[in-house]
Amino acid sequence: MWNNASPAFRLYVLAFYLFLFTPLLVVALFAFNASLFPAPPWKGFTLEWFTGEGVIFGKPGILKDPAMLRAMFTSLKVALPVTVLAVVLGTANAFLLERKEFPGKSLLAMMMLWPLVIPGVILGISILAFSSRIANGLESWLNMDLDFLRPGLFLVILGQLSFILTISTLIIAARLKKFDRNLEEAAYDLGAGRWRVLTTITLPFLRPAMIGAGLVALLMSFENFNTTLILVGSDAPLPIYLYGQMREGATPAVNAASLLLMLVAGSLAVLVAFANRGEGR
Amino acid sequence: MSAAISSGQGRAAARLGLFLLLLPAILWLGLLVVLPHVEMAILSFSQRIRAGVYGFGFGNYLEFLTEPLYWRTFGRTAIMSILVTLITLVISFPVALYIAKVARGATKPILFLMCLIPFWASELVRTLGWMMLLRETGVASYLMQLAGLTYGPVELLYNDGAVILGLVYGGMLFMIVPLANALESLDDSQVEAGYDLGGSGFTVLRRIIIPHAMPGIVAGSIVVFMLSVGNFVTPVLLGGKNGLWFTEQIYAQFITRFNWPQGAAFGFMLLLLSTLIVWAGLRLTGQGFSETLRRS
Amino acid sequence: MTEPADLALEQVTKVFAGHRAVDGVNFAVRRGEFFSILGPSGCGKTTLMRMIAGFEMPSSGEISIRGQSMLGVPSNRRPVNMVFQNLALFPMMNVGENVAYGLACQGVGRAEREARAVRILERVGLPGYEERQVTQLSGGQRQRVAIARCLVLEPTLLLLDEPLGALDLKLREHMKLELKQLQGAFNTTFIYITHDQSEALVMSDRVAVMNKGCFEQIGSPRELYHHPATNFVAGFVGDANAWDVTPNPSLGPGLGVTLVSGADLRAHGRIGAVGHAYLRPEAIALAARIEELSGLPNRFHGKVSAVLFDGAASNLVIEAEGFAPHIRATLPQAGALAGVEVGARLAFGFSAEAVKVFPA
Repeated sequence: MWNNASPAFRLYVLAFYLFLFTPLLVVALFAFNASLFPAPPWKGFTLEWFTGEGVIFGKPGILKDPAMLRAMFTSLKVALPVTVLAVVLGTANAFLLERKEFPGKSLLAMMMLWPLVIPGVILGISILAFSSRIANGLESWLNMDLDFLRPGLFLVILGQLSFILTISTLIIAARLKKFDRNLEEAAYDLGAGRWRVLTTITLPFLRPAMIGAGLVALLMSFENFNTTLILVGSDAPLPIYLYGQMREGATPAVNAASLLLMLVAGSLAVLVAFANRGEGR
Repeated sequence: MSAAISSGQGRAAARLGLFLLLLPAILWLGLLVVLPHVEMAILSFSQRIRAGVYGFGFGNYLEFLTEPLYWRTFGRTAIMSILVTLITLVISFPVALYIAKVARGATKPILFLMCLIPFWASELVRTLGWMMLLRETGVASYLMQLAGLTYGPVELLYNDGAVILGLVYGGMLFMIVPLANALESLDDSQVEAGYDLGGSGFTVLRRIIIPHAMPGIVAGSIVVFMLSVGNFVTPVLLGGKNGLWFTEQIYAQFITRFNWPQGAAFGFMLLLLSTLIVWAGLRLTGQGFSETLRRS
Repeated sequence: MTEPADLALEQVTKVFAGHRAVDGVNFAVRRGEFFSILGPSGCGKTTLMRMIAGFEMPSSGEISIRGQSMLGVPSNRRPVNMVFQNLALFPMMNVGENVAYGLACQGVGRAEREARAVRILERVGLPGYEERQVTQLSGGQRQRVAIARCLVLEPTLLLLDEPLGALDLKLREHMKLELKQLQGAFNTTFIYITHDQSEALVMSDRVAVMNKGCFEQIGSPRELYHHPATNFVAGFVGDANAWDVTPNPSLGPGLGVTLVSGADLRAHGRIGAVGHAYLRPEAIALAARIEELSGLPNRFHGKVSAVLFDGAASNLVIEAEGFAPHIRATLPQAGALAGVEVGARLAFGFSAEAVKVFPA
């Protein structure tokens, strides 16, 4: 009965997908516009906003712009530790949730979901306020500066981790739930010790989920805005830097950077899809 | 794991294992979630007595209630977020129905994946797209002039419509995925039986399809609402000076004015609002919190 | 000095939350024996097996292997290997890696490991399968890999936990023979757990029948079948007519019982005020006329009310006065009564020894 959907219905769905992709296409398209402004009319195709030295428009392309490159590098400096910590601690949490029994477990499991429903701005300000209190207390006690507890990359990493860890925990715990405990018992039975069982049986089974969680963490860290905005110090990661540029009235360089960000995100998404396919085994 | 170990020393090892696994979880939730919120609570109840001296008081909350700009922004954020949620639901429902029930074969996963693609792009990139489309010198204005619909450039940005548009756009994925998942499990024969028993298209939708999709509707609505209320980039960039979003107030108090106690009180108000709406949504439809979150 | 048993259990008990899952079990298994533990699900046999493997510790009692106590010895240091019910082949490894896993745990070098894996796979009939993924194997092949993975370690004992349960009927019949042959070829002591009596009877040298945490009887398949020691064994092992009976001393000499439905039988066994009587269908002799059964102490007339044809296991349902609701006898497939039809009148009879009586 669903097969003969009315033309109006089909047209609606088509319009929806147009609506979905138009903003992204516009961003991508105007990254190649040979104009100082990211706006119509179309003045011809150029790669100047990617690789230009700044001779034509007076502003360099993103791959030649030290400020832009520094922002990208800053993003990476945040994303890598977040990813590693999210996978390692997420795995530990998964074992805690799936393998251990202790009083208050259901409360803890509930608490782990909590960061997902806290707006990012609030996560940011609460961590900022708390770390400042700690810093003030410790500094007057130790009589030394604790700059890492002041807005900066360390706090950005912690702030992003506070909710990304929930997601990595959920992904890895879901995989661990599907694990057949007999496999571990069989390995013990064949003479393996704890460590060998973990490294040869359990972790290889979890690997697709760990890779998937890592990629998702990488992506979320790269794109996070709200929490990062509050906790950031003088070194701005890419989204914060772009936000600044956009408020000032941007050049197509911002489009070029956005396109790059989309491409990176897209390839990460493809990798996630592959990691998920690996889970079937 | 208890299997491979003997009782006495095994129990000690198991306790150590539990402790080692509990440690990161407790540090994470304690230091990054619970204590910061406690600090925020304390901060929100502290008010300036004289320069450099702060004491307990409700001053920050009173300030919120007495200053029209603050509570109006708060109310506006809440109402517009509810509106955004409803619009997102209405726009997404047919698409989810199409993906779940009409699309066949390879089209189905392709349509589904196509929904996901825009959301792998950063929120900032998506907002940039809308800015380029809507602003005075933007694509929409340019095309309207070309078509002769207007004589001069039109500013479509910096109004409530643009903010709602941006927020709806950002929320759609989070609505479509749970909706499509819920509709997927709808048995076609139920719908057929509905028609067979003389129901019109509308009655079938209201009595059979929508009740079946309810878990998805609730899950999607909660997520979209949370994302809207907590959003910062979209109202600031698409709304400009007229954006007036509550997160902006929090940011301003914390970063620009450096009035942390006031910002903390605002933070609590926002947290209260989102908790209340989520709770009410779950209550009204009899859904559980954990399952709903997992589903989305 | 006699050689110690490969496995000996003394008064082994396991209590879970006040429930005695295994209750005072004693037995010993000789070297090279195929020993089965047969019981309905929930009888405690899996718990017993897990204690032998070292996944559970007994609440009390002693488990020893070749005279060495196993209490406090973890599963990875016991000379015992186990074939799991779902086989538990490692999906992240190929067949060769699965088989060599235990050797790697023992620190055997790579070259020797691979050589031994190749050899054992040949012996279980899977030559050249080292590189295959376990997901590519058929049910029977997976079974053999699971066994090879254990046997390559040359364990004193091999435990098998209902390994045939997941296979279809035809393959199961085939694997019964194959398991028996493998056990003969390797001469390893097998301890086999099952709820399927045919698996236990066909393959085993001895069978222990387990019920509610206790062993009811240990014996050869023939002993269990022909001389059940308890009411439970008589009812659980093999097919039988079962009736509630009361003693009837007037039928003496020997034991006489009266069925609740009225028939008087000369029987064998013990009884209190009430009891249960069991009579195997194949112990019933059939004849056209009752005179032909004159050698038998129990003789009756009856009428065939149904023929339940099932090849060699075919039964006749006979209505006879005093036997409610009916009595089942094996369908004769040769001789005068081979073509017997529904409605036919006939006589049936059986010896007193064929009627096993136990106190209720």
